[in-house]
Amino acid sequence: MNSNRAQLVEPVGPDDHVEGPADAAITLVEYGDYQCPYCGQAYAIVKKLQSDFGSSLRLVFRNMPLTNVHPQAELAAETAEAVALQGKFWPMHDVLFENQRDLSATALLRYAEEVGANASEVASALSDGVVRKRVKDDVESGIRSGVNGTPTFFVNGERYDASWDYESFRDYLKDVLEQS
Amino acid sequence: MTTNTSDVFAPSAPLQPGARAPEFSLFAAPGQKVTLTELEGPVVLIFYPADWSPVCSDELSMFESANSLFSDRGAQLLGIAVDSVWSHVAFKADRRLNFPLLADFHPKGEVARSYGVYRDQDGVTERALFVLDAEHDVAWSHVSPIGISPGVDGALRAVEALS
Repeated sequence: MNSNRAQLVEPVGPDDHVEGPADAAITLVEYGDYQCPYCGQAYAIVKKLQSDFGSSLRLVFRNMPLTNVHPQAELAAETAEAVALQGKFWPMHDVLFENQRDLSATALLRYAEEVGANASEVASALSDGVVRKRVKDDVESGIRSGVNGTPTFFVNGERYDASWDYESFRDYLKDVLEQS
Repeated sequence: MTTNTSDVFAPSAPLQPGARAPEFSLFAAPGQKVTLTELEGPVVLIFYPADWSPVCSDELSMFESANSLFSDRGAQLLGIAVDSVWSHVAFKADRRLNFPLLADFHPKGEVARSYGVYRDQDGVTERALFVLDAEHDVAWSHVSPIGISPGVDGALRAVEALS
């Protein structure tokens, strides 16, 4: 490992949102913001990478809403976490990135219902502060890990500083896989 | 005679831990100066190349997200770039940053030079971070590649190590 690169300080744990097997050779942790257009681009690229690498890739998503530039990102993140309490995080995550142009409070509750969540339970999770703490904890772990913008990716615990365009990222992950 | 331009300019030599932080008094807004000697507690100086650039925006947004972690330790964040105060005012409002952006504008880059992080080759500051302790001695410094946002973790660890 290149010790000059920032390292993930909070290991992937049972509270994380994970897609892919625990023994995958590659663990890709993304710190993202639902209102960030670059994260929207990265969403499609990560989907392709998941399809390319199959069970060799485990994806983890953590929240990094940059609320100073993205005023709707915090509520979107909290709503996704509220939906996650009902076991439907990934469908909600996908719907949010596919509908970045409308992240109003009304739209968020509509998306929650569309993915099969109970909207009134989502609303009460939002008001009782539990999900706000979850997002805040993600932000702090990201800050302490050297997240330097959105999206920031960590590959097997090390910050990925090169380009995340599809070809570059795929080729890098191929190398990681071959060396594993 | 031709000279490779990369040979003409000395590499940046950022002040190292233990050095006395050079004093400065710079405009943060029209008519409003920030003076180092008037600040109490630790200070984090965030030298960045330019208002409006995407990498700088990411970097400063990350510091904004971490602002409360710094203020919990009594530390004050200060951005510094060579842009004019009017650019800073517009940039700060647009990005909704709650810490001051100081204009190292005239004489251009004088403060950056005093910290060893002015880039003569392109007339901007390095992407550099300094953590000053409560006595305003340099406790930690770091220069990033100009195109890579450094993140906040190094400066935060340095501030937390002060107490």
